[in-house]
Amino acid sequence: NMASDGESDEDFVTYGIPLEPLEEGKLPLRKPVPLQDQTVKDEKGRFKRFHGAFTGGFSAGYFNTVGTKEGWTPSTFVSSRQQKAEKQNARPEDFMDEEDFGEHGIAPREITTTDDFASGRPDQIRDKAKAISSLSAPIPGDTLLEELIAPARSSIGVQLLRKMGWKDGQGIGPRLKRRQRKQDTDEKMYGCALPPTGSEESEDDDEFVPENVTFAPKDVIPVDFTPKDDIHGLGYRGLNPLQALGGGSGMGHINLFTVDSERTSSLFGGRNRGKQRKGGIGGQAFGVGAMEEDDDDIYHRDTMSNYDAVLGGEEPGDGLYGWTAPQQYKTKKRSEDAAYVGKILEGFTLGSQPTEAKTVFPPPDLPRDYRPVHYFRPVVDPSSVSPLVAQALQTSRGHLSLQDAPQQGRHTLDSAQRREMLGETTLQGPSSVFDLLDRKDRERLTKASALPTAQSGQTFKPFDKNPAKQARYDLYISRLKQGDKDALELSLDQSMTEWERGREREEFIRAAVLYKPSHSLLSSRFTHGKHEDDTDSVDVARDQENDVDDKQAAVKMKMFGKLTRDTFEWHPDKLLCKRFNIPDPFPGSGIIGLPKVKRDKFSVFNFLSVMDPPASTSSSASAPPAPKSSSVASGKRSRWDVSGQESQVKDSLSRFISEARIEVSAAQQDQTSTDTPPSKTAEPQADQTAKKAEDEEEAEEEEVRPPIDLFKAIFASSSNEGSSSSSEEDSGEEEAQAVEPQPIVPVITPTVNTIALPVLPQAPPTSSLCATTGRCL
Amino acid sequence: MSFPAPRPEAPRLPQHLHRSLECQQGAVRAVHFNADGNYLLTCGSDKSLKLWSVSRGALLKTYTGHGYEVLDADGSYDNSQLCSCSSDKTVILWDVATGQVTRKLRGHAGKVNCVRFNEEATVMLSGSIDGTVRCWDTRSRRMEPIQVLDEARDGVSSLKVSEHELLTGSVDGRLRRYDLRMGQLHVDFVSSEYTGHQNKDYKLDCCLSNKDTHVLCCSEDGHVYYWDLVEGSVTLKLPVGKAVVQSLSFHPTEPCLLTAMEGRVQVWGAEPADAESDTAMTD
Repeated sequence: NMASDGESDEDFVTYGIPLEPLEEGKLPLRKPVPLQDQTVKDEKGRFKRFHGAFTGGFSAGYFNTVGTKEGWTPSTFVSSRQQKAEKQNARPEDFMDEEDFGEHGIAPREITTTDDFASGRPDQIRDKAKAISSLSAPIPGDTLLEELIAPARSSIGVQLLRKMGWKDGQGIGPRLKRRQRKQDTDEKMYGCALPPTGSEESEDDDEFVPENVTFAPKDVIPVDFTPKDDIHGLGYRGLNPLQALGGGSGMGHINLFTVDSERTSSLFGGRNRGKQRKGGIGGQAFGVGAMEEDDDDIYHRDTMSNYDAVLGGEEPGDGLYGWTAPQQYKTKKRSEDAAYVGKILEGFTLGSQPTEAKTVFPPPDLPRDYRPVHYFRPVVDPSSVSPLVAQALQTSRGHLSLQDAPQQGRHTLDSAQRREMLGETTLQGPSSVFDLLDRKDRERLTKASALPTAQSGQTFKPFDKNPAKQARYDLYISRLKQGDKDALELSLDQSMTEWERGREREEFIRAAVLYKPSHSLLSSRFTHGKHEDDTDSVDVARDQENDVDDKQAAVKMKMFGKLTRDTFEWHPDKLLCKRFNIPDPFPGSGIIGLPKVKRDKFSVFNFLSVMDPPASTSSSASAPPAPKSSSVASGKRSRWDVSGQESQVKDSLSRFISEARIEVSAAQQDQTSTDTPPSKTAEPQADQTAKKAEDEEEAEEEEVRPPIDLFKAIFASSSNEGSSSSSEEDSGEEEAQAVEPQPIVPVITPTVNTIALPVLPQAPPTSSLCATTGRCL
Repeated sequence: MSFPAPRPEAPRLPQHLHRSLECQQGAVRAVHFNADGNYLLTCGSDKSLKLWSVSRGALLKTYTGHGYEVLDADGSYDNSQLCSCSSDKTVILWDVATGQVTRKLRGHAGKVNCVRFNEEATVMLSGSIDGTVRCWDTRSRRMEPIQVLDEARDGVSSLKVSEHELLTGSVDGRLRRYDLRMGQLHVDFVSSEYTGHQNKDYKLDCCLSNKDTHVLCCSEDGHVYYWDLVEGSVTLKLPVGKAVVQSLSFHPTEPCLLTAMEGRVQVWGAEPADAESDTAMTD
């Protein structure tokens, strides 16, 4: 409804019924329909089953039968003898379901425009079909006759217009006076105006037409607003088969790019349809029939003149095609400067107000001695400059920023200043620590601190012992800061000798280079971190290697095996495994190499590795007397025959450490097992604990240390399996038989394991195993 | 098995000089058999790598492309590719037939001591003085190593690759065994067990005999020392010459030994030279 009242929101036009506003908190929950419930039903609520592409893809009737469950009952015979009059003709619709009349049925009933009300626009598809049928007809051009005698039928609109007095060829609209019409039809003049000779028709009419006669407006050709739905170029219209095949040769000019001449003509009922058509197939490749008189273009010489070089071609009328021109264009003033006429682009008008000319001022004359370089005068913080320099600065240049002091923030004020500003009374008692001191002490203090406190702003005093020199240096530094070129020469004492000055110059330069203010020095050395890193944790290999000393000891005792071996978890790269044809031992782990853990950076415990007690105890143990073995008896000294004295050699320091470790670990064990304070650690005498530890060691190691026969048995047997030495073969075999192979394997040394690879059946013989022993850089 | 195992025959040690090759490439830094033992590679201090036929003693090809002394080389299992490493910190993969550089890999921070192919020549492993072992992919064109094993605390002096294990010997006195199948790293602290030879200034090679019965090592006193693997006793002290024996290589299957001393490579066999040639003729 249209609102006429002056309310604020009544300016809008609303259509339809507004939706009811949703209640808050009762938002409709849209649950998705489960798959089993997604069914299709027809209008009667019957389930539809997908059946095929016909009848809209669904089965017709009742489960592919007729429309009811009972089935199709044949109509009973009814004698029509009595009812002949009311005999009815069965129409196809009688046998159709109502679905068939629907939108997707086989005979949809829809509202269509009848011919009476149809516009003059011809049906494109029908046209084309007709054209093709005419060509394929036994006599080409057969439909020509049909078109000739087509009933003169005009649409309702045309009939109405005629009744209103409209005549063919006239424009629509109120009748116009002559003047008006002339103005409308006035053409733009390009170049110089034509002389008003009576060549033009309008000019001719002008003179004979009386004033009171009105004219119908000129007929305009409407703009074709058909949407572009093809992929051809703009204005392109495909070859009309009627023209191209029927009468193409006669027309000569095949105009592919008629913007609207063809279309608009077709708008008006196809009045020009077939006007120039000739019967029969003509053109190239068909030859010339005997009945045809013109044989001019047998060989279809196509020239460029047959084609347009310009889009659009000749424009009719005002070039607007009835389009309502913009306002400016309509009410264009024609009385403009003649020089502009024809140069103005369409749609543009001349500006009414001339733009103001910009006044350009000449640059000022520079003084003769002007140097176009600017340097910024540094603002010197008085606190950072020695008082001498400050004074010098104040007298010489006077741009010391002392005046800025009151503007500084309140935090720079001290308590006394604030008190003054607030108007408070001074506190009783000593205001400073100095007041509490002796007068003598105070004097001494002030004397001692006079120089340093005065120059406390400066960070570094290279010539502290020589105040005059230091002052000169400070002056030099400050001048250097200001960018003074001859800072050095100016700051040196002129009264000194040339040699002295030269020396001082050197010193100052070096000092200035070396002792920059600390903050600048640091900032030159460091860069800001790109990202924040964990400052208190560091990547440390998760598994730490055991103590080296113990290992060395173990090696000395030829106790290869658990003692000298550290086994870590190691992650090979995925690609490496692939290249080695081996499944990844840790699939899915992103670690490569040894796993790392984050630990506190500054923890001592990162770098201490607490040994497990049995290893340490056994390492420092002394070997029991080795039983006589056959290899020793054979005269050759084997490396596996170790004497007890050799293994006992261990430096006292490592011994002490290992003892201490035992102590610690024992203490820890005590603590973990019971809450009672450890008695051993409480004992003050280190000797006693050491002794005790030694006792423990000896007690333990007898269990831990396996007898030498075990080694012999293992190694002798492995040597027999893998290979055998030439000389000791017999004795070795005997020994292997004599000594029972004991089922204790964990002590087998790793070196032997790797060396005696041929035991593995599938392993290739390792030809040259390079041990590190012989290699040394 | 019903039959008693045949008595293993006494290992024959190569101690007879068969051939001597003058390599003409400066000092021979390393000598190495190829996979089947028919050819040998010599790494010269004049930046060249040479391929020789062992049986004929003929020079087959010279590979040039390194920027400094070649320190080690290895051949792939199919003899189609070679790899070599040098003091110029690079590892080069060569095409055997054309002698062209297939890939030149930079990444080590110091001179590269040793280089080995894996079994299928899909990976090259190079150990350097910078303490890392780098695994280079020979299949892809990637110039970065697949993985860098930087566990060694000092320079890596020797390498050995088996089917699924890597053995690296480092100057820090440890033998590291990387087990790819188990995903474990075993670090073994070792010390010299086979003693008697002299090694002070040079990086000397050592190896096992073809049947793994003996340990062989170069010595700076001009000898090659043979130790019994199990007993650890010196079995043979083979005099090679007066200068330092810098490198040696044992034939993968036969008792045949190569030694490199100064600019010369010597081929040693178990039988005397004439007898060997006779058997070769009859074969």
